[in-house]
Amino acid sequence: MTKKTNIKKNKKAEEKNQERKPGKTSKSTTGKNIKNTKFNNSYIDSLEEKIISQEHIDIHDFESIGAGQSTQKGVHKTNSSVANAGRKKLSKGKGDEDKAKKRKTRSREFAIVSYIFVGLFIMMIGYFVYFNLFLAVDVINSPYNTRQTLFEDRIIRGEIQARNGEVLARTDIYDDGTETRIYPYGSIFAHVVGYASHGRKGIESLENYSLLASNTFILNRMGNAFAEKKNQGDTVVTTLDVKLQEVAYSALAGYSGAVVVIDASTGKILVNISLPDFNPNTIDAEWEAINSNTEDATLLNRVYQGQYPPGSIFKMLTLLAYMRENSNYEEYTYECTGSITVGEGEEAVTVSCFGETVHGVQNLEQSLANSCNTSFCNIGLLIDNDAFATLAKEFFFNVELPVQLSSSISQFTLNSKSSEGESIMTAIGQGNTLVSPMQMAMITASIANGGILMKPYLIDRIESADGNLVTSYTPTILNTLMTTVEAEVLSRYMTSVVEYGTAAALSGNGYTVAGKTGSAEATEGTHSWFVGFSNVDNPDIIVSIVAENAGNSSGVAVPIAKQIFDAYYR
Amino acid sequence: MINIIVELSKYLMIILTILYTLQCFTVFRHDSKKDLSFGFVRQNVLMFLNHFVAYVVLILQSGNKELVIFYGAQFIFLMATIILFGFIYPKASRLVTNNMCMLLSIGFIMLTRLSYTKALKQFKIVVISMIIALFVPVIIRKMKFLEKLGYVYAIVGLGLLLIVAGFANIQGGALLSLTILGISFQFSEFVKIIFVFGIACFLKNATTFLDIVKVTILAAAHVLTLVLSTDLGGGLIYFVAFLIMLYVSTRQPLYLLGGLLAGSGASVIAYHVFSHIKIRVASWIDPLAVYQNGGLQLSQSLFAIGTGSWFGLGLYQGAPNEIPVAEEDFIFSAIAEEMGGIYGICVILICMSVFIMFINIAMQIKNRFYKLVALGLGTIYGFQVFLTIGGAIKFIPSTGVTLPLISYGGSSIVSTLIMFSIIQGLYILREDEEENLEKQK
Repeated sequence: MTKKTNIKKNKKAEEKNQERKPGKTSKSTTGKNIKNTKFNNSYIDSLEEKIISQEHIDIHDFESIGAGQSTQKGVHKTNSSVANAGRKKLSKGKGDEDKAKKRKTRSREFAIVSYIFVGLFIMMIGYFVYFNLFLAVDVINSPYNTRQTLFEDRIIRGEIQARNGEVLARTDIYDDGTETRIYPYGSIFAHVVGYASHGRKGIESLENYSLLASNTFILNRMGNAFAEKKNQGDTVVTTLDVKLQEVAYSALAGYSGAVVVIDASTGKILVNISLPDFNPNTIDAEWEAINSNTEDATLLNRVYQGQYPPGSIFKMLTLLAYMRENSNYEEYTYECTGSITVGEGEEAVTVSCFGETVHGVQNLEQSLANSCNTSFCNIGLLIDNDAFATLAKEFFFNVELPVQLSSSISQFTLNSKSSEGESIMTAIGQGNTLVSPMQMAMITASIANGGILMKPYLIDRIESADGNLVTSYTPTILNTLMTTVEAEVLSRYMTSVVEYGTAAALSGNGYTVAGKTGSAEATEGTHSWFVGFSNVDNPDIIVSIVAENAGNSSGVAVPIAKQIFDAYYR
Repeated sequence: MINIIVELSKYLMIILTILYTLQCFTVFRHDSKKDLSFGFVRQNVLMFLNHFVAYVVLILQSGNKELVIFYGAQFIFLMATIILFGFIYPKASRLVTNNMCMLLSIGFIMLTRLSYTKALKQFKIVVISMIIALFVPVIIRKMKFLEKLGYVYAIVGLGLLLIVAGFANIQGGALLSLTILGISFQFSEFVKIIFVFGIACFLKNATTFLDIVKVTILAAAHVLTLVLSTDLGGGLIYFVAFLIMLYVSTRQPLYLLGGLLAGSGASVIAYHVFSHIKIRVASWIDPLAVYQNGGLQLSQSLFAIGTGSWFGLGLYQGAPNEIPVAEEDFIFSAIAEEMGGIYGICVILICMSVFIMFINIAMQIKNRFYKLVALGLGTIYGFQVFLTIGGAIKFIPSTGVTLPLISYGGSSIVSTLIMFSIIQGLYILREDEEENLEKQK
């Protein structure tokens, strides 16, 4: 019998044997039916136990095993007490119970190994399910995935609609079977709706999967498959508002720049204008011309990817930084003498107020309302640069915006090593700071909403071509960016900007507005900015407007805002 | 018209495979022998139906008339395997035979779709391997001396690995295989079995801590050799197999924990040393971000799985060949893409059933040596399945190992079929043990 040769009769082995803890019962065996199959042989178990304990085995053991019992009779033990310490004894009385426990003891490690591996498998299946349920749709939308074109063989690309059902994009089929993508509104929705030839951009890219999926009535689909006809893709209903978009489009006409309008309480994006633009209906013909014109960057959706110095609209954040460091901010006072200089000699930096105006004594509210540069330079010197940098990160600097369409990464470079000159320039929104219109809209939106930022979104719902709801999207909270007190204070100050400050043209039109103007100096010229929201007590819409090289903001950005607000409340 | 057939076939194949998979697990109920064997026959029917439906679609879609003959050959082969194993080895595990055939059939289907020439090659190797494998159980049963050849296993196994490592270094780059007479052999596949046998032998006889140290050194030598020839996936599998075998034979959880810690530490070191591990990990974290730098394969794999969703696109309706070398590491993605995510889950469960059957015999057989052998082989199989599928779905970084019996790869087929046959041999041995006891009464 081969097993006998394994028995080494020496003390070391016996002691080692003691270290084993076979006495524990495993509670994990109940789930595994394997041991309970009729093939499990408990008789052999007891024999093995003896072998392990180096008990001497003789023929009597086999007899007793054969009889279905185990007994200590006829077994010659060596160091029996030592060997048996801590282990269950085989005795008639508790025979069955012991056998069961021994079975579990013996299989305990196997059970653990089984559970480890089964556990790994189940986790893997779980991840697989999770991937298919939640991650897949975004992953397969990547332009690297060519499989979606496979769907085009069987599905007619679905429609894209504005919030009230106006068709922004549709596919027409001609008698000879050719398909053309038609954009009824031409270039008005060019960037946001996007295009699907020459790669994919905008909503055409974002919702490519939905547009090429068909959820029409199943019998219709099967009938079509049988007749080898294509099925109609689903309809993507966006949050865009045709009326406002058209107003904003003609208001910005003549300039390059961007306009974005967001619904304050939900985060729905109502307007997305980016100029210069193109006509998606003729994009094939114009493709070469568009791409060779590198100066205009026509294909760029400036709302998300425009990078501009913010100028005075940045003062909202400077103010917030100051408030967070000084709880007595209401007592702030500064005497504006028209200009301020820091540094010495060649490194001296001088900043003046707009038009060299001398504002005199200002508190914080007046500083913002009048957009007093020198006061804000002073504030800039009072703020801790590192704290400012941390705040900037919270307000989406140096990260990609958490929105559906891809955005550029805004820039904020101030840190503890920066010079005073950079501090004051940053405080007034110049220096190295760069922002995108969407980012500024999001910051303004959180001020309007008591500190809570609703996630801006473009897609309201997906419907099948025959009108049934497939998926519906609801507003979600992205984050709380500031306290309600901070939001309220900023909101109040920004109301003053409109009441008696630089955006006074927006007051007295039948609705209240809070906002901030900006003239941002860039190398090419001065950009005209306005960010703000209407109906201050219960904000309706947020606007973020930038007109490139348009000079003083009161000239261009503010009137655009007025047209949009007027149209909204008409 | 073909579209309808393809669409229906998708759902039909999924239903058939789900039923098959369920059967794998219901065998653990206390059914009568008659019910059990009826259940196994039912499994075979389901498998042949699945195989048939798939080939109908393949023939219709590809228009390749040779596939009709190919199908016939496969049908005969699978039937013969089941009958022969049932006839020659009635004591073998019927479930293991069924699962082996099921996985082979799925492999044939997918490989035919991906590349007819490769499928042909694979089929030929499978047939030859199966003939060899038919002899293995009887070898296990009769040759009792196998458990004494510890040093032979160690020397042969380590030797073969060193040869591969040696040539790999000479020619530079990650050479996992040697080409002899025009056929490429991946030695690490065969050595897996030798390794398990060797470790089992030494562990069975180990009683002192020194013995344990000696075995560990042997195992470490194998793992390091593999690492040096940059077969990191293989090294990992060997390491885990050894660890599990060590843990179960000594019953010391400390070894397991210690080994895991050591393994983690080694992985971190390896990460910093090997640049291609860095690429794999970066690819695992965000394959799309590093698409041009090694993320391409995994990205395409995810596209395939995601686009296929639950019910798949249908055979020949997807684009699995967009995944580079889809027939090997990423064949699971191709299956999920065209046959569906549900089908993929069934495949995972069938593999899990195989693993359970391996562990099952390890628990039931009394011979300590074969206990460890079965445990080691089961661990190798189970862990390899986990590594390859986990890597394809981005659950873990991909490690460059293939899916046994399904992926394209001759050496893997031969060694896996031998593994299965060894397990079958052990089932027979177990029955022998029982019979011997009955005779004692």
